[in-house]
Amino acid sequence: MRHLGIVATWLTIFLLVGLNSAGDMATARAMRRVGDFTELRRKAGTLGVVRAVLTEPWFHLGLLAMALSFFGLLAALSLIDLSVVVPASASLSFLLNLLGAKFFLKEHVSRRRWISGLFVLGGIMLLRT
Amino acid sequence: MSFLRYFLLALIVLGSTYGDIYLAKGMKQIGEISPARWRDLFFAPFNPYVAFGIVLLMMFYISYLASLSWADLSYIMPATTFGYVLTAFLAHFMLGEHIPLARWIGIMMITAGVGFITGGPSLTVIPTPEGPSPHVEVHS
Repeated sequence: MRHLGIVATWLTIFLLVGLNSAGDMATARAMRRVGDFTELRRKAGTLGVVRAVLTEPWFHLGLLAMALSFFGLLAALSLIDLSVVVPASASLSFLLNLLGAKFFLKEHVSRRRWISGLFVLGGIMLLRT
Repeated sequence: MSFLRYFLLALIVLGSTYGDIYLAKGMKQIGEISPARWRDLFFAPFNPYVAFGIVLLMMFYISYLASLSWADLSYIMPATTFGYVLTAFLAHFMLGEHIPLARWIGIMMITAGVGFITGGPSLTVIPTPEGPSPHVEVHS
């Protein structure tokens, strides 16, 4: 198996991270607009939930970004080791998503969440050692 | 938080962890996808390992959508990183892999972070004239 150089490896990882986070942001926004599945199912049934999800434009945008990220990951896995690509992209996506949750999704990222996030991020990095 | 919600979080963890493992196994069998062979990517899902990985990732995705309908992204994300802890434990207790001290500290940090966040509120609540709304303001 041929391996990518260090620059190409990190460029690939950054591209995957960007697509993955864009997918997460768009999907989270879509689900926020759709509302709690349990309540929606009680009111409109399972088909109503499916319809609400499928007619939400942010869901399709999220799905497209995730699909691109998925095929990108498939291609990357044949060139970069899983033990490098998954933890590296996970820790970077984690950081980007936390910032996106605060500034794009306008979530209340409380001190509890920042501290938890930093603990988890530190933990992911230590697992890589 | 109800049993169903914990169950969905567990499905997210298991689906994404094992999904990635089977995808990687399948892609190693297929071999390198060079720019000249880009069309092979579309045939990758016919590899049994890749196919099983995709089924697991679909399970992950549906649970993920359901969870995001009642919780914030900044709540779901740390909770789902528990998969790394699971993988490390499986590698240690089932495969007998040695886990160095730094990795044990990493496992403890993730566990502490996950425990800390799941003890807090799961959704941003915005006060509105009609009462508290679980929906953040979304500008379309």
